[in-house]
Amino acid sequence: MKILPRLRRALTRFPRDTAFLALGAPLHLLTGFLLFVIFGSIWAIIDGGEASAPVILGFLVALTALCVPALTAAQRWRFRQLLGVRIPRPSWRHPWRQLGYHSMTGALFGTLETLVVALLLAGVAAALSPLWIYALPWQWRVEHLAGSTQAIYFASAALAVLAAVPSLTAALVRLECRTSPTLLGPSRAEALARQVEDLTESRAGAVNAADAERRRIERDLHDGAQQRLVSLALNLGLAKATLTDLTPEAREVINTAHREAKEAIEELNNLVRGLHPAVLDERGLDAALSGLAARAPLPVRLKVDLPQRLPPQIEAVAYFVVSEALTNIAKHARDATKADATVIQLADILRLVITDDGLGGAAPGKGSGLTGLAQRVRSVDGTFRLSSPAGGPTTMTVELPCAQ
Amino acid sequence: MRAVIAEDSVLLRTGLVKIVEMAGFEVAAETGNAQDLLTAIEEHHPDLALIDVRMPPDYTDEGVRAALSIRSTHPSTALLLLSQYVEERYATTLLATNTSGVGYLLKQRVADVEEFIEALRRVANGGTALDPQVVAQLLVRRPSTPMDRLTAREREVLTLMAEGRSNAGIAAQLVVSESAVAKHINSILAKLDLPKADADHRRVLAVLHFLGVGA
Repeated sequence: MKILPRLRRALTRFPRDTAFLALGAPLHLLTGFLLFVIFGSIWAIIDGGEASAPVILGFLVALTALCVPALTAAQRWRFRQLLGVRIPRPSWRHPWRQLGYHSMTGALFGTLETLVVALLLAGVAAALSPLWIYALPWQWRVEHLAGSTQAIYFASAALAVLAAVPSLTAALVRLECRTSPTLLGPSRAEALARQVEDLTESRAGAVNAADAERRRIERDLHDGAQQRLVSLALNLGLAKATLTDLTPEAREVINTAHREAKEAIEELNNLVRGLHPAVLDERGLDAALSGLAARAPLPVRLKVDLPQRLPPQIEAVAYFVVSEALTNIAKHARDATKADATVIQLADILRLVITDDGLGGAAPGKGSGLTGLAQRVRSVDGTFRLSSPAGGPTTMTVELPCAQ
Repeated sequence: MRAVIAEDSVLLRTGLVKIVEMAGFEVAAETGNAQDLLTAIEEHHPDLALIDVRMPPDYTDEGVRAALSIRSTHPSTALLLLSQYVEERYATTLLATNTSGVGYLLKQRVADVEEFIEALRRVANGGTALDPQVVAQLLVRRPSTPMDRLTAREREVLTLMAEGRSNAGIAAQLVVSESAVAKHINSILAKLDLPKADADHRRVLAVLHFLGVGA
């Protein structure tokens, strides 16, 4: 019973396919006619060599130049509206493929579409002949059809033809779908170039939006929660210092609250540092990294050589790389006693090298955070390399494009 | 002794006023931006100015610039800067001329009221108060150095020295005897080839000079 779904599909598609072809027929024939007239005239003028020829020639070329985009637009509209096939707008700079489509396929598809639609109309008319045959004058009927019994054979044959029509329309639609979008739309190279452009733009947008969001969160935390927590800790500190006549229990409560408030400040600071610290925007990568290195739980030697500020998204990624790398070393690098972080700019490349003297064996995808790091590096077209032989040392090299 | 406070967060400013008064200062004026601060300094000639680094209108380093201007117009006013984060170059700039009566602390240090009050008094009396984070950040900048020869304890002592503490202060902080501190300091000065100096702030200067600040 496989035939049923296919039949159903063919039948549901049939009306739309028919409309598609019925609309295509006049459009293609008009195209063929127009171009025939234009090319014919051009040829006649070139052949004739009249005085006014250049003017008329110019007019005709201009007419072609106007017709081709209009016809292309009409075809694209037909494909989109009736078949749901989206043909991207082709470039104005390369009209030859479109011209080729209109002049080559105009006549061919126009003829085929007309034939199929005509076959359908004729089939329907013939199939219904037992109904309308009686409307004809009876003399005519007897003379030409040898009595109305003929209509029954006529109708049966028509039904057989009609049964084949859906397959024919489907086949023609398939043929058009295969040839037209490639000729009407942009060439593959053009489409790819455009897609790359779009993707690059949208990715840069996404990266920037994420950066802006991190900045906003930092600012909100700084203006709100951080100030409040510092003030809270300060007041608890004051209480601790001034309320000297408290019971030991009350004193202990205040001490605990004070300690917790200070820890909350520290945690919030750590959170902000992992996101996008204010120092990065205000003072740049160099300053932000020294804060990071100084807080690392193991000694870090930092060397930064930057002639000027970098684009903000590159600064953010570079900061994130060093931050994650140091966190990673502190968490995972076995027996690491110190780390080195070097940041240098070579023409349009920012190179970050982070080394530790641990026992090596680091690899992305062991819950190490290196995967996220590599992803964020790739989001700005950077490269990420990790060398971590057993026994160490581990060296991470990240290069980011930083053209201004 | 009189103090002027510049801090844009009202919440925090209220707390700072309390703490400064507790330290025995009279708060002559409290302001929320650098311009008002300079006006207040002109008017009151305070002994101490407590300044937030990030203030309106641009929220960047207004406090540092105001401090430098106060330093040149009113050299006798001690300056204590509070900052959200440590930028060691601010310290470099502030300490470039001299280290007496200068402090640079992380904002969150105000929570430890007693230590903060001590820092306030030290700075007002011509001493120094540098956040441990400043020293830590300066250390990461050093290429391979004699610093590696210091023991962990000596590093701690060095950091406290750079903060501007006296031998007694360091001894109290590390819970050791003063003579032990003196021994550590001698060892540090020897290892780092630093000249011996007695006054606390001269010692700070030597350490910072070694770390590359104000060189």
